[in-house]
Amino acid sequence: MAGQTPKSVRAFANLTQICEEHLQGRYQIEVIDLIEHPHLARGAQIVAIPTLVIDLPEPVRKIIGDLSNTDRVLVGLALQQLA
Amino acid sequence: MSRPSATTRADKILRKSLTGIRGVDEITGGGLPTGRPTLVSGGAGSGKTLFALEFLVRGATAYGEPGVFMSFEETIPDLTKNAASLGFNLGRLISQKKIFLDHVHITRSDIAETGEYDLDGLFIRIADAVKQVGAKRIVLDTIEALFGELPNPNILRAEIRRLFGWLKDQGLTTVITAERDRSEKLTRHGIEEFVSDCVIVLDHRIREEISTRRLRIVKYRGSTHGTNEYPFLIDECGFSVLPISSLGLDHAASTARISTGIARLDGMLGGKGYFKGSSILLSGSSGTGKTTVAAHFVDAACRRGERCLYFAFEESPRQVIRNMRSVGIDLEPWLRKGLLEFHAFRPTYGGIEEVLLLAHRHIATYEPRVVIVDPMTSLLMVSTLAEVRSMLTRLVDFLKTEGVTSVFTSLTAAGMTLEASEADVSSLMDTWLLLKTMEVGGERNRALYVLKSRGMPHSNQIREFLLTNDGLELLDVYLGSDGVLTGSARMSQEGREKAAGTARRQQSAGRGRELERKRKILEARLTMLRAEFEVEAERIRQSISDSALIDQGLRHDRGQMMTSRAADTSAYTKRGTAPGARPR
Repeated sequence: MAGQTPKSVRAFANLTQICEEHLQGRYQIEVIDLIEHPHLARGAQIVAIPTLVIDLPEPVRKIIGDLSNTDRVLVGLALQQLA
Repeated sequence: MSRPSATTRADKILRKSLTGIRGVDEITGGGLPTGRPTLVSGGAGSGKTLFALEFLVRGATAYGEPGVFMSFEETIPDLTKNAASLGFNLGRLISQKKIFLDHVHITRSDIAETGEYDLDGLFIRIADAVKQVGAKRIVLDTIEALFGELPNPNILRAEIRRLFGWLKDQGLTTVITAERDRSEKLTRHGIEEFVSDCVIVLDHRIREEISTRRLRIVKYRGSTHGTNEYPFLIDECGFSVLPISSLGLDHAASTARISTGIARLDGMLGGKGYFKGSSILLSGSSGTGKTTVAAHFVDAACRRGERCLYFAFEESPRQVIRNMRSVGIDLEPWLRKGLLEFHAFRPTYGGIEEVLLLAHRHIATYEPRVVIVDPMTSLLMVSTLAEVRSMLTRLVDFLKTEGVTSVFTSLTAAGMTLEASEADVSSLMDTWLLLKTMEVGGERNRALYVLKSRGMPHSNQIREFLLTNDGLELLDVYLGSDGVLTGSARMSQEGREKAAGTARRQQSAGRGRELERKRKILEARLTMLRAEFEVEAERIRQSISDSALIDQGLRHDRGQMMTSRAADTSAYTKRGTAPGARPR
């Protein structure tokens, strides 16, 4: 994320909700504010905001957007097959 | 550090950033618009990335403006390698914090879209990069790559517009590259609607196996600019664009004269040689001595300390030097002293525009006073006559503007009318010397004549010449009843005339002697006549004096007699009659 924008706030809220619902404690969320750490954007090749980087399970995937499309998020988290 | 151009009022208001790319600053009248985006569009391999790179590198090294290169396609190692091919050391510039390179890459398959987003991540990266080096210039190459990587084109377009706005706010002079796949469209995804300040199109086409590159300014808001297609080339010195259309016909015309290097040829050209800064055409069939005439000129110029540039399109420099040495012209010392520079290459190597560009570059770098193009007709192998003429027009215009004297040799096919085949090109030339061989009495002898030489009286004689060990030697030509005599015909005529002259002289000498003899005879006769006359005169005088004497004698005698008779007569006279005088 890059500062507290409505999209980022929404994304975080959506994320925590999905994780609670489907992962129950088997997750770890790290919030990186690129305004404070701009160089990290380069390393992780972040272009869109908000971006969710899923490190585990591998491979690394990125999900962009405010995560309002729950189905897509679940697919991205490998918690659901593509419908 | 940008300088405002001073051509028009509009240009004064619009500030421009110099690109440092050879030729581009001339065409654009001072560079790209400062603080605004410029679109550079072109097909694959047309040179967009290299153009943008050079813009950035020159900005950082020559104008003190650090820059950021955001690459959306090429990786940083690839970019560094490409930059090295232009002679740029990106690694060093990066470590000096003059250039910042960032490679933005998203793999489509890794991305899932799950709602609204924006491109703040990209913005942050760009902003950070700009801050890292204090950039004034930025390149986005090529931002349309994001269209293939991100799922939602509408968001992308909106964000790109936002980005350009942000870049303008930051006052960054931006170059955006875009690939065009069809000639009607400038970009694949239509981002040209966001970039309306300046649009440059690069073109790379192959024609008859020769590749030609062209640059064109499609649009430059608020500024005058060259609107033609300008040829350019890319090599280890970077980009070179040829801003030729800017040359007009207002170059100065010098009245100074320079020697041709051959004394009697100077004599044929009004006694003084070529005009300084003029263009000279030497045409003739193979082996007629064109290179020799040119070499004499080079030799004379180098002797005066003037630099000469020799473009050789047929022979290697070593060959030319060797051939000229055989006629007594040694060009080697001038080469060593740096007064003569050769550039030998076949025009087929790169095409006619490349030749012109290279010529331009060498002339601008070396600053010669004399340029030789030998032979100019090689250009016809890679181009049409019309294009060669166009290219030569530009070259000659350029050379005249610089005040450079140029000599072009032209190879005419043997058997063709010498004068007809150069019709198109000869009007560019101020002086035209024709070299020919004349076949007379089973021999071929060399001759040359001045077909034209603007601005000076010149000989119209066909002069025979020899290529001797001491160079080219012009001889007098004998006109026989059949025309010009050369070679052994000339020699026999010379001999004949010499003999005739001797005969005449002998004849007059003989006549002179004859006259002398007659005079002497006359004088002798006169002497004799006089002598005779003298003798006669003497005789006559003598006889006169003799007569006088006789008279005198007679008178004396008579006197005596009278005296002796006087005694008698006086008696008579006293009485008045003579005694004994009988009365009558």
